[in-house]
Amino acid sequence: MPIHEKSLIRPENLKTHDNLVIEGIDVSGHWSTFIESRVVTDYNENLEDEIAAMPGGDKIHRCWQCGSCTNACTVNAIEPRFNPRYWIYLIRMGMESELLRDKDIIWQCVSCHKCTHICPRDVEPEGVMKATAHWLTMKGYTPPSPSHIFDEEFTHQIVQRGRIEDTEVLQNFLRKTKQPLMQDWLTAIGFAIAKRLPVKWGIKMAWAQIFKPKTRGWDKARIALEDYIHEVESEQKAVIAGKSKPQQSHAPVREAAE
Amino acid sequence: MVDVTDKAKKYRSVGYYPGCALEGTGNGYDVSTRAIAKKLGLGLREVSNWNCCGAMEVKNVDPKIQTYLSARVLSQAVNEDRVDVVMAPCNGCYHNLKKAEHDLAHDPKSVEVVEKLSTKAGHKAYKAGEAETIHALDWLKATVGEDGLRERTKGKLAGLKIANYYGCMYVRPRHIFPEKDQGPGSESTSQPHFMDDLLAAAGAENVSFPLKTACCGGAHTLSDSDTSTKLVLNILQAAEASGAEVIATECPTCHTGLEMHQVRAEKRFGKKTNVKVLYFTQLLGLALGIGPRALGIHTNISDSMDLIIEKRLI
Ligand code: SF4
Ligand code: SF4
Repeated sequence: MPIHEKSLIRPENLKTHDNLVIEGIDVSGHWSTFIESRVVTDYNENLEDEIAAMPGGDKIHRCWQCGSCTNACTVNAIEPRFNPRYWIYLIRMGMESELLRDKDIIWQCVSCHKCTHICPRDVEPEGVMKATAHWLTMKGYTPPSPSHIFDEEFTHQIVQRGRIEDTEVLQNFLRKTKQPLMQDWLTAIGFAIAKRLPVKWGIKMAWAQIFKPKTRGWDKARIALEDYIHEVESEQKAVIAGKSKPQQSHAPVREAAE
Repeated sequence: MVDVTDKAKKYRSVGYYPGCALEGTGNGYDVSTRAIAKKLGLGLREVSNWNCCGAMEVKNVDPKIQTYLSARVLSQAVNEDRVDVVMAPCNGCYHNLKKAEHDLAHDPKSVEVVEKLSTKAGHKAYKAGEAETIHALDWLKATVGEDGLRERTKGKLAGLKIANYYGCMYVRPRHIFPEKDQGPGSESTSQPHFMDDLLAAAGAENVSFPLKTACCGGAHTLSDSDTSTKLVLNILQAAEASGAEVIATECPTCHTGLEMHQVRAEKRFGKKTNVKVLYFTQLLGLALGIGPRALGIHTNISDSMDLIIEKRLI
């Protein structure tokens, strides 16, 4: 078992006898360690389809379980339970209840693309992580993660105006995630810059707050995007309800990285 | 091999896509990029009436919306401004425009969605191959180049120890950057060196820095701050351990992430680091004799003035 997969053994399933003699041989302690087998009965046979219907999940069927993604993963290095290969396995097997054990950390993928860069099967595991996080929220298994709230706030501003404004994204995000606007480190940063900034800059910032940056003539694009998002969402709901099959990606698999 | 003279000519005048970050938190990058262009007599034509490329967030709602948004920027450049090269200094913008280019060339479903949305939005749909997207590093490497910088800067950055930090979006995933990893003269995705080359030509001493393409957690700067702080602290400490006095950046998200979490690491975890953070364009600007204010150095979060004075860069 590769070293980065050791975290998959759950302590409660590890059995060790302090005093055990088998056929006259003392196998006490470490020597008698075995992993208790589990029986899984509650498969969700629709699980792979459901994930494939979410944004970024449409190539999950290609995975051949090499583990390169987990091995390269930024978050795995600081949180060993974060294991893209394992989650893809569970999803393809339909083992929903096993997947749900990790439901609170899947959203933490930082989109570094190390997995997509290395994957020999062009699965785009980064997309699968985002798709899975999206699915967890859509099914009501987790409340929207801070990252989900940020994505929606950001996308909303772009759909409405074509551009975003940093301060507004920050303020709305902090409000929606119920965080105080005045956090020690944020104010420290604010003071550090304010000290050195010319007045002109302050005026410019205030200006951007009132007259939000905007792409001219965006209305038609806004309507087109709103219609499209609506379409995508109804498709996703239909797949989750088992009324429709997702469109798997049939684009050819790219050549493997060396 | 890459045809160098061809590019030197082609990139002398390019479409310029600053993107949202350079209008806001990454202002110093925008100001210094424009200042360098002016100093070197390079033409930057800002893409008219541009929109956000989709950044790192929109694709999590739907990846094809990001493809459309990026394709609209390219469509503006090609159809409104009549340029065939678009230069984006922000790694996020650069990455997204490259990804749109790749998807439109390889995935019929993306073409279909972009065509549908473009028609509804009332503009021409961008088609793969109509424009070339480049990074600010490609632009300077091909135009002024190392020889040009050597001549113009007279090694002004001599004695300055720099860790070059490229981040994720400039090199990964490999398949959206078909021109990289093509042998001599091209950029490498595992050991990028364009920024190193330019700064070395201006006299700087590049330290051997192992975390050039590590992730700063920029996507979760605000939504998962503890993870970002851990990742950034790792980068800052590695830079200091490599002997660097300053980290050179080429992405507004990385840059702001490093600066913000340098403060946060100190406030929340009591881990103080002293390494400075400057955009590579600010460093090259100083080397070319442009003043720190004209390069927006006072708008950075970390205060580098002491170092700049100590190294006689003004
Ligand atoms: S790298 Fe790709 S093929 Fe390998 S386990 Fe990860 S997703 Fe599957
Ligand atoms: S993109 Fe996400 S899943 Fe992939 S390597 Fe980075 S953190 Fe891990």
